Amino acid sequence: MTDRALLSGRDLAVWRGERCLFEELHFELGPAQLALLVGANGSGKTTLLRIVAGLGVPTAGSVTWKGASVTELTGEDRAEIAYRGHVEALKRELTVVENLEFHAAIWSREQAFEQVLEELKLEQVAHMRARYLSAGQRRRVALAMLMLQGAKVWLLDEPTTNLDSEGRALLVEWTRRHVAVGGIAVIATHQPDEFAMRGALMIDLS
Amino acid sequence: MNVFRAVLLRDLRVAFRRWSELAHPLIFFVIVVTLFPLALSPTAAQLREVGVGVLWVATLLSSLLALDGLFRGDADDGSLEQLLLSPAPMTITVLAKVTAHALVTLVPLICLVPLSAYTFNIPVAALPTLAAALLLAAPTLSVLVALGAALTVSLRRGGSIVGLLVLPLTAPLLIFGTRATDLSVNGEPTAAPLLLLGALAALAVSLGPLAIAAAVKVGLE
Repeated sequence: MTDRALLSGRDLAVWRGERCLFEELHFELGPAQLALLVGANGSGKTTLLRIVAGLGVPTAGSVTWKGASVTELTGEDRAEIAYRGHVEALKRELTVVENLEFHAAIWSREQAFEQVLEELKLEQVAHMRARYLSAGQRRRVALAMLMLQGAKVWLLDEPTTNLDSEGRALLVEWTRRHVAVGGIAVIATHQPDEFAMRGALMIDLS
Repeated sequence: MNVFRAVLLRDLRVAFRRWSELAHPLIFFVIVVTLFPLALSPTAAQLREVGVGVLWVATLLSSLLALDGLFRGDADDGSLEQLLLSPAPMTITVLAKVTAHALVTLVPLICLVPLSAYTFNIPVAALPTLAAALLLAAPTLSVLVALGAALTVSLRRGGSIVGLLVLPLTAPLLIFGTRATDLSVNGEPTAAPLLLLGALAALAVSLGPLAIAAAVKVGLE
């Protein structure tokens, strides 16, 4: 397993003042692996995901992707990691399509998203400004952005929030497909059962 | 280059769809500039004396008014995180954002200045120099303002502290800018202060984006 590890964290610790969120956390993820991040509110799920994405800095330890520290990735290596947080990164003033086009441009991706929009049932609102979308529709656009980026690693922070059952089923289905073709997914969730699959790694922060 | 264009166009589009916010600094500028003649004795000679200084100070103050939106919006809706994570170099992204910001806030402001110069009885012959000095000061001013916005992006209410951070740094712009305009009002050669403004602009545009990008990264950690 060790020699196949692509994404790994060593000796990770985060202290918030006097309080320790977690310490001596290790993980190693190879191709076609799903990790579920569970833990009570405030146990550090978001903090850990942001560290893995390279946005946050741990008090101790490091996270590496293909042997290089995630904070120093450039170019295509950088684009292989997708992070989707609590906020959807939508510009309220732009339409759904304009948001997706911008997203495709900063990742230098093809602007072919008709099919994704159709699968997410977003064709009706494609030319509506993002401010008029419902919370669930915003989530769906965030999923479209995730698919558009075509990253090898998915870091998702409670991705099922606000999604209806149909949307959740679609997300689970996409995650399975992503892992099946060799992708890596790290998902912070309060309902690990939804994503449960064989060989999934559980990281419990409580 | 594609990223620069994408970010620039997106920011311009967002700004124009919130056009009412664009008008705030302009209205502020007009109000400040009109208050001075009311407060001072409105003799033509005296107005001309203080006019140049008032126009410059009002320009600096109103540019501060617009800066909160520069990074705050993107930080709140999560797009700043995505920009940081994208493979595009952050300096290019920052340069595009600052350019867009300057185009929608400073350029309209600079267009208003010659009009306001009329109220202060500043001679028409001095207007080209005034406009040139403002255009040369604009890049430096935008970079300073953006640096302030980037440093305070993690604070909920950064508006007032940015003024304290940025205004003292604009002193060289004020000194060279008013000097150039004064010299031109008196019909003397203005090359020296204009060249110094240009040098400051070159320095700001080349090194500024690096500092702003670093400040944004620290702000989001």
